[in-house]
Parts: sequence; C-alpha cells; structure tokens
Amino acid sequence: MNARPMHFVSPADFRARVSDALQNQGLRTSMRGAMDFLQTKRSAQFPDADELERLRDLGEAIRQHALANLPDLLLQFEARLRALGVHVHWAGNADEANAIIHGIAQKRGARSIVKGKSMASEEVELNHYLAERGISCIESDMGEYIVQLADEKPSHIVMPALHKTRAEIGALFERHLPDTPYTEDVDTLIQAGRRTLRQKFADADIGLSGVNFAAADTGTLWLVENEGNGRLSTTVPDVHIALMGVEKVVAKLEHIVPLASLLTRSATGQSITTYFNLITGPRRAGELDGPREMHVVLLDNGRTQAYADQQLRATLQCIRCGACMNHCPVYERVGGHAYGTTYPGPIGKIISPHLLGLEETADLVTASSLCGACGEVCPVRIPIPSLLVRLRTEANRDPAQQVAQPLRGQGASFSRGERLVWRFWSGAFARPSVYRWFRWAATRLRAFTPSSQLGWTRHRTPLTPASRSLADLLRERGQAE
Amino acid sequence: MSSMSARERILGALRAAVPAPEPDSRMLEQRINRHHAHGPWRDASPSERADEMARVMTSVRTEVWRCVRAGWPALLAEKLTQAGVQRLLLDPATTEGAGLSAALPAGVQTLSFSQPLEAWKESLFSDVDAGFTVARSGIAATGTLVLAPDAGTPRTVSLVPPLHVALVYASTLHADLHEAIHAEGWSAGMPTNLVLVSGPSKTSDIQQTLAYGAHGPRALWVVIVDDVQEVQA
Repeated sequence: MNARPMHFVSPADFRARVSDALQNQGLRTSMRGAMDFLQTKRSAQFPDADELERLRDLGEAIRQHALANLPDLLLQFEARLRALGVHVHWAGNADEANAIIHGIAQKRGARSIVKGKSMASEEVELNHYLAERGISCIESDMGEYIVQLADEKPSHIVMPALHKTRAEIGALFERHLPDTPYTEDVDTLIQAGRRTLRQKFADADIGLSGVNFAAADTGTLWLVENEGNGRLSTTVPDVHIALMGVEKVVAKLEHIVPLASLLTRSATGQSITTYFNLITGPRRAGELDGPREMHVVLLDNGRTQAYADQQLRATLQCIRCGACMNHCPVYERVGGHAYGTTYPGPIGKIISPHLLGLEETADLVTASSLCGACGEVCPVRIPIPSLLVRLRTEANRDPAQQVAQPLRGQGASFSRGERLVWRFWSGAFARPSVYRWFRWAATRLRAFTPSSQLGWTRHRTPLTPASRSLADLLRERGQAE
Repeated sequence: MSSMSARERILGALRAAVPAPEPDSRMLEQRINRHHAHGPWRDASPSERADEMARVMTSVRTEVWRCVRAGWPALLAEKLTQAGVQRLLLDPATTEGAGLSAALPAGVQTLSFSQPLEAWKESLFSDVDAGFTVARSGIAATGTLVLAPDAGTPRTVSLVPPLHVALVYASTLHADLHEAIHAEGWSAGMPTNLVLVSGPSKTSDIQQTLAYGAHGPRALWVVIVDDVQEVQA
C-alpha cells in the first residue's frame, strides 16, 4: 500500500472530502461558472429536440452493437492492427499496462514520454509508475499540464483544470515555467505553455495517447481534440503508444460518425473539434514523418466485470463526453477531486466500482439524489440512475450470498443491524396485528426516541413519532381505519 | 508470456458473459444512412456548400478566401508577403505547389519536405513560418478540411509551422462527414493518417476562456477555389 503515489487519495474518504469541498467558496464559484458554461454550450448544439433523441437512439444502438460483438471485434481489430505493423498488447489490470509501457520504453532506451490526453493512463497511474523508474512523462494537453504542474489530478474528464482560476494558473506558471512573469491574461498564459511544451514534443522519445474510438474493420484509431497536442504526440516522436479500454472498439469506421458528433456536441458544445486525427498504422515506406513504431495497449482493468452482467454492461457504452457530470447537482457542488477516482461524477460512480471494487467505492454510489439529469443528457442513453441503484443493492448484499455474477466488494456496505431493521419493518407491514402493536408502542413511547439518529441528526432535528397515529385521527373523525 | 495470458483472460471473460441478442449490422447501417439522408446540406449546390464552408470556418477564426482557379496564387503570394512569411513549406511536385512557388516574390523562400522528419526536426520546429497543403476534400456542415498527408506533404506540414495555408476545391466539398466517408470510400483504403481540420489550434482549458494557437498552427488560411463550372463543363 505504501507504494501508492503521494497524491493518491482513496475514494473511501469521500465523505470527509465532501464536507471540505462544500466549505470551499472559491471552488463552488468555479464549478458553478464552469457548469453554466458547459450546459449552455451543449444545449445550443441541440436546437432540435427530435434530432437529439433520434441521434441518442442511434448512438445507443451503435454502442450496444459493438458491445454485443466485443470479443470478435477485438480479435478483428487486433488482426487488422498486426497486418498494419502495429504491436498489440493486452493488459488485465493497471500493473500489467504499466509494465508493458515500461517494457517498450526500456527496449527503446527512452527517457522521456510526451502524452496526449489519456484518461486510461490516469486510471493506471502511469506517470508515477514511470517516474519511479526514471522515465519522465510530460502531459501536453494544456489542462492536464496545469494539473501536473500543480501536482494534482484532473477534476473533469474533458476539462482537467476546470477547478482552477486564471490567477492560480498565473501563479503556477510563474513558479514553474522559465521567464514567465505572473499574468492573468489567458492568451499570454497559453503562449507560455505552448513555448515550454513545443520543445518537449521535439525531444520526446515516445508519444503516448488515449483513443476516443477505434474501428475494427480498418484498424483506425480516432482521436478527438482541439489543441493539436494529440497530433504532435502521435506524429513527432519515433514511437507511438496508444492506451485504450477494451470497450472503445466499434465494428466499422462509418459507425463512428454519429458517435463523434454526439461526443463533441455533448462534451464542449462544438459541432466538431478542431482536429479529428485518424491514425491507421505506423509510418509506411516512402513516408517522411509519423512514428516508425506503434503500439496499442488494450486495457481491461475491471471492464470485463461490468461486461459480464447484462444490466451493468450499459456502463461500457460510455463515450467519455462528461455531459453527465456537467449536469450533476452533486458534482457541481463537490467538484471532481472529492470523488478520489479518475472518473468523477455520475459516470465515475458507476464505472469506478468495477475498476476499484465496491470496498472503496460503496459511498460514491450513495452520493446521488437520483434526480435523473445524468440519464437524460447521456448521448448514448446509459441508464445511470438505475445502475446507481443496482450498485447500491450490490453494496448492501450479504457478502455470503451466492450470485451468478458477484461484483468485487459485494456487501461492502452490508450491516446485519440494518438488515434486521428492514426485516422487522417489512414483517410488520405484512402483518396487521404486529403493525397495530408497533403503532401503539411507537406513539406511546415517543419520549424515548433517541435524540441522536446517525446521519439524519447531523444536519436535522431528530425524527419523533406523532402522539397519535393517522389511524387514530381517522377514527376520531368517524372514519373507519 | 504474461501479455498472452492477459489476452486469453480478457477474451475468456468476455466470451463467458451472457450473450446479447445477435446484432444485425446491416440494419444498423441503414439506420445510420437514414439519419444522415436529410442532412441540411445534402441538397445544396456546390456554391451553397462553399458559402457554408466559408461561413463556419470564419466563425472559428479561420481566414477564408473564395477565388477562381487563375487567381489564387497571386492572392496567396500577396497575403503571405503581408504576413511577413519568409519560409514556406510546400510540395513543388504538385501543380498547386509549383503554381504558388512561381507566384511568390523573392522575399518568400520555399522549402520542400525532402528528408525524414528526424533529419531536420529542430529546423522544422524553429525555422519554418508556414506550411501549404492541398486538401483532399472539404465538409460544408462543419467547415472542415479533409487532409490526407502523403510523401510530398507529410503530416507535420499542417501541424508544426505556426501558419497553415490550405487550398480546397469547391467541387470536392461534401455535405457532411457521413457523405465524405461514403463518397470517398474511406474504409476501403485508409492512409496512415487522415486528419480533419476545422480551424486553428485552440483551447478553453483556462477558466473556459477561448485562446487560439495552443499547440498546432496559431492561424489557418483557407482558399476555396471555385472550380465548379469547369468541373460541370
């Protein structure tokens, strides 16, 4: 456990971090501003509600089609990549993924890696793994670079530095970048970042990227971005490593078109991003740039657990747009860091239990009012609220109970006392005589109600039974029970 | 090997899962086609598409000029001179590259990508002011250039220099991405890199404030060549 990186926080400490976050007025203001911005931008992209609903149906169908075929598609994708000269690796978990990437770097004698944006690499904590082995990873997405300089983690999957103000970033750049005086002018800050990172692209031995979509029929990696750092990372260094979850592959290149449209419109409210970068293999004979060596690492890390269950499989439909967190009242109030997981917000709450187990994440699934906003905006119709309820059920299931597809950490929130209370309650409701006795006792013994009622009384006055039950009141009015 | 066993483990776990109903790929593609069949620019004329292309690209801070075939080299020569471009990367083996080269004044030096990137990386990153490309096609609805880099115009030409100058023929404009993929048969022959460019590099990573010139070109110039009459004739 002590091998964990210094800034690693456990999702299990969620409750403590939530109360800190709620007290942080600066964070609350940043979050509110960012949420308003992203919500407005998204809704402007979908003026036609019917078109949106049809497109969501289509997006859902494409993702479900891909998932239904997943093992075959992965084999087809692998064969296609190998034919193109790409090295294909499979990683069951974070350690395996890190070891594979470290192995490639060692073989090449690489000292530095420049990274395009990759949430999967955050998920496996690649930067720390490699840093401990003497290989530096530089984040090149501006937002990722900012959080890396601050020794933090992204607080949003699309806008990593969403929680930071320009003043904080100005101070950060002044401290870390050469010849950079303090400024709050965004253009000047971006140019300072550009200047520093340009040399990193030119010098890096390896470029590492994530993957937004992958096509099994052509072996194409489809990368979506605005800055151009993804293109530089995948073009300039001599080696390109792409790290992707196994669920990213779809059957055909043409299937990606509606998904890409849903992604950019839902994520940042753009009809298209500046660059769609479609990569099909390493540099070919006669070509003068592009990596001469290319690797694709296919990562499981808990995804097959979600896949095994028909209902939970929908989790893997996700295209990582972040619309669910942009519309989540909980995420807006606590920010991304409170979750302590790579993927925060509603999608994080339903995917993290598979990546980390329910032992660490059981509290996360309770952090929802089940208002349904996430499910309403999800471009691929993941039923996030019902999946949250399902995960709560699994967290409260008796650990000893045998089920067909047990989840890692089943019963993490299970309490015998709580189960006893619910058993009594349902038993009482099912038997009128017991219920009447309970009602009589509760109204007469109300003075003995405990004044401390666990979580309830932390912020509220204690609940006390009324002196007379509803049935008593009705009887007084001459109405039968 | 551990990666082999990971492969077997992952595929095994996926195969062991309860199968979903057998999906019908043809029906899915019909749905995708139907969804795009009535896209707003499907029935537009080439010149309407060029108008839309210009409008959308301009809205994301791209300089767009419409020009007849005979006029664009002189126009670009003038603009490049005004912008103070001294070293322009282009492919002299193409008609367009040769045409532009011939129109440039002595103050603008042309360079060609004649050696592998690693042989002149430092110089490409620091000494080249602009890169010139000819787009394979364009997409009207999103204001997008479709670039298919090749040996003469490699990937970095449209990426590393601070100014990217692109030429696109009005006759090649598609209504939308779906039409482009089908009309050009992308699936049948993907190049190493196909890149869709819809404006200069940008970011909103600092407090949602839009800033241009993040990592790629700070500026994008696009000339739409009105060749439609010629093509129809």
